[in-house]
Amino acid sequence: MMQAADRKIAAPIVNVETEPFWKAAAEGRFLIKRCTDCGKPHWYPRAVCPFCMSAATVWEEASGRGTIYSYSVARRAPEPYAVAYVTLEEGPTMLTNVVDCDLDALAFGQAVVVTFKPSDGGYPVPMFRPA
Amino acid sequence: MSIRGKACIAGVYEHPTRKAPDKSVAQLHAEVALGALKDAGLTKDDVDGYFCAGDAPGVGATSMIEYMNLKVRHLDSTDTGGSSYLVHVSHAAQAIALGKCDVALVTLAGRPRSEGMATGTTPRMRDPNQPDFQWEFPYSLTNVAGYGMCAMRHMHEFGTTSEQLAWIKVAASHHAQHNPNAMLPEVVTVEEVVSSPILADPLHRLDCCVISDGGGAVIVTRPEIARSLGRPLVKVIGAGEAEKHTAGGDVDLTYSGAVWSGPAAFAEAGVTPADIKYASIYDSFTITVLMQIEDLGFCEKGQGGRFVADGNLISGVGKLPFNTDGGGLCNNHPANRGGMTKIIEAVRQLRGEAHPAVQVKNCDLALAQGTGLQLGARHGSATLILERE
Ligand SMILES: [Zn+2]
Repeated sequence: MMQAADRKIAAPIVNVETEPFWKAAAEGRFLIKRCTDCGKPHWYPRAVCPFCMSAATVWEEASGRGTIYSYSVARRAPEPYAVAYVTLEEGPTMLTNVVDCDLDALAFGQAVVVTFKPSDGGYPVPMFRPA
Repeated sequence: MSIRGKACIAGVYEHPTRKAPDKSVAQLHAEVALGALKDAGLTKDDVDGYFCAGDAPGVGATSMIEYMNLKVRHLDSTDTGGSSYLVHVSHAAQAIALGKCDVALVTLAGRPRSEGMATGTTPRMRDPNQPDFQWEFPYSLTNVAGYGMCAMRHMHEFGTTSEQLAWIKVAASHHAQHNPNAMLPEVVTVEEVVSSPILADPLHRLDCCVISDGGGAVIVTRPEIARSLGRPLVKVIGAGEAEKHTAGGDVDLTYSGAVWSGPAAFAEAGVTPADIKYASIYDSFTITVLMQIEDLGFCEKGQGGRFVADGNLISGVGKLPFNTDGGGLCNNHPANRGGMTKIIEAVRQLRGEAHPAVQVKNCDLALAQGTGLQLGARHGSATLILERE
């Protein structure tokens, strides 16, 4: 068993396109973007829909639930951590970290839920822990 | 319209250095340029096209054109990471076919080893305006963890094992033992690979390529000029390029961009994977090789583990001799970009100039394949098919 330790998380780089996401994260809300023209949600969030190029994209609060698509534990890092792709209940798959877990017990398809971790002098970062 | 047979690789050069604390990056670019020109039997003043990628210092090609005091009428600084140089050969062939230049010089050089870069295990700072970067940097996506996630998923879906991946390193090491410039000339065993420390699951230290200084260059020219130079004629007969990415969240880590660049190159060349006598396959990590071999059609998707095992990639032993210089896994991965050395070893094989212990008999058709940037996110893929006349 190798427990994930809290590590220093680099502050997110925020710009005008993505600022609402990070402000919501500061309130503990996890947002994704959805296109109101084609109806599809996407990741990472963009002003312009990656499926139909419509500018009519809106923020929506996601369930915060997902499953692990793939993962890799960085074992030689000073504080070992898990990088993962998590497929959100809404559909898109996003890069993230799985935290607050036994790094040796992660599994494909494992249910996870969003949790916010403080970053180094910036907005908190959405990550996932076992559900 | 096709580039098939419209251009030849007339000169190649791989810098012998693997650590160059006493040389600048610009100097290394110029040294490899001179090496390739000498190999071709040409001079600087014959060059009228110049190609380089992001490893070249300065904005695009501009600073290196001035440093080498070139006068060009065509230039291209397409950057697809380590696969850039295969793209450059294709673009050079296109430019030559259209009469936009006659002698194209492509250079690569860098010194990550002297600069102490932890290429695989530390996230690299990038342009903050790069739109994907802010969604990866807080999560410390390293190269090895990104490629690791591809390998984990491949194992999950297809039953690929660490031992099968290790065979790729073993094969590379069998070749590297004959290369006096190789960084890792020792033959390794499957057991040694899988017992080396895991950097990021499931990749061990010995699943990774080396970090080396150095560089390489190639000269692409018209067949009439190449024929006049008296070297074995190596023709570019097919090329493909592609980009694969996270597609708005539709992520599938089980394949690479080679599923698109490979078929395009084979179609243009009019050959099939079964015709290829030698393959240079980009080898940043063992999993990179395995996925490209499947995606190029050397075996069925999911069968790569079985295909690479038991020495099938070792020259003189297996069905698909690969990276007979030792590759990035054992020989050289200059500037963290392995595409140039892939082209160079393919040309050596076609000329019959590989080390005799690894030279493929009657090697008249070769493939070079590059994958640049992050296999587990966005990457460029480029395939070249080369034929000896
Ligand atoms: Zn849309």
